Amino acid sequence: MESTLDIFVKAIFSENMIFAYFLGMCSYLAVSKTVKTAVGLGAAVIFVLVVTVPVNYLLENYLLKAGALEWMGAEYANINLSFLSFIMFIAVVASIVQLVEMLVEKFAPALYGALGIFLPLIAVNCSILGGALFMQDRQYSTLLDATAFSLGSGIGWFIAIVAIAAIREKIRYSNVPPALRGLGITFIITGLMGMAFMSFMGIKYGKDKKEDKAATGMIDKAAPAVKTAKAITIKNEIND
Amino acid sequence: MSEVAEKIKEPLFSKKNRKLITDPLTDNNPVTVQVLGICSALAITVQVMQGVVMGASVIFVLVAGNLIISLLRNLIPSKIRIIVQLVIVASLVIIVNEVLKAFMPDVSEKLSVFVGLIITNCIIMGRFEAFAMANKPWPSILDGVGNGVGYAGLLILVAVFRELFGSGSLMGYPIFGSPIPTADNPLGTGLYSMGYMNNNMMILPPMALIIVGIIIWIQRSRNKDLIETH
Repeated sequence: MESTLDIFVKAIFSENMIFAYFLGMCSYLAVSKTVKTAVGLGAAVIFVLVVTVPVNYLLENYLLKAGALEWMGAEYANINLSFLSFIMFIAVVASIVQLVEMLVEKFAPALYGALGIFLPLIAVNCSILGGALFMQDRQYSTLLDATAFSLGSGIGWFIAIVAIAAIREKIRYSNVPPALRGLGITFIITGLMGMAFMSFMGIKYGKDKKEDKAATGMIDKAAPAVKTAKAITIKNEIND
Repeated sequence: MSEVAEKIKEPLFSKKNRKLITDPLTDNNPVTVQVLGICSALAITVQVMQGVVMGASVIFVLVAGNLIISLLRNLIPSKIRIIVQLVIVASLVIIVNEVLKAFMPDVSEKLSVFVGLIITNCIIMGRFEAFAMANKPWPSILDGVGNGVGYAGLLILVAVFRELFGSGSLMGYPIFGSPIPTADNPLGTGLYSMGYMNNNMMILPPMALIIVGIIIWIQRSRNKDLIETH
């Protein structure tokens, strides 16, 4: 069993939303021109992820999953509503974003000034729905684990967007080939940052230490790319 | 009345309508120019097969969604339009997901959460907002086809490079021979017997970004109008 801390650190570094799964790339590319707006959007993403993933976790476990309705009585035990999860998750995300926007506007006008314009954008940010779907896919065992995962993912996304915004601010003064300016160079820099982030895959988590050496590194059945990378590492180790 | 008259006058594939299909394929590509739908475009391009399935799913959702939104465009109150759009997309994606699970369980397993993420694929919402909310059903269908195919085309192009150089195969068929060593060929067969090796870097996530960056570079060197100032 992974500890909560493992899940948290993994979500920030080796399973970073941007660099390992490319989630939320659209707003990542569109809102990373200056550090100030990037910080605003990043903070809003952390906030919304931390609110929505636990709510979706409860929905998943007490309403949607196969056998989740058991608490209502034995006759509901074999109902499986998981095909409804997409529509439920997106409805939860959209309505929570709307609610959060109204609450923040009413009770924290200063925060609203900083986050306000970004909140509606977030309803359609892939990383929020992605967080919910990964939570469903990985079947975290407790609410605390799911919350740790959402906080970690949010922080990972925040780090990524602030870093790229800082680089884009500086790159304005460099002589980039005209055809690469703007979007092209941003893609390539993100790729290079992704490579740098891949070095975090070497972090040893509590779970890995107990298993044999061949299984170290990044483990996740949800990521085909990462899985292949693991297969390669193992192959290389066998070759060595 | 004038609307009806215009409809009859305009041929089904007028020049304007043809442009709706051809533009997104090149100069107005949803991924490289409009910067929409990057999230899923990069994550599932390790193999061509996944790219094809993902492209087909997005074309279906986009065409059907564009049609529905376009038919409903005068009924949807503008304040809650995002939620209405999300519900329509989510229902279509549920259909796609169930079909994939039933008929292509392997691919469905590999795509995992990314089928669900079609809901928040910016192409879909972007085309709803920019086109279907303001246009008649037929042009909306064409716009959906054009953008869907433009997206699928780019996906497949990236996937071809990544699978060919990363795994030495296309659609799962080996192109360069087999890298598995045997008694006769200690290095494998085909190109591998001459010492060729797969580039494992291509399979990893960052390479997808770099390939798309290079495609953007080539496209913008050919068409100078697309160059950004910064």
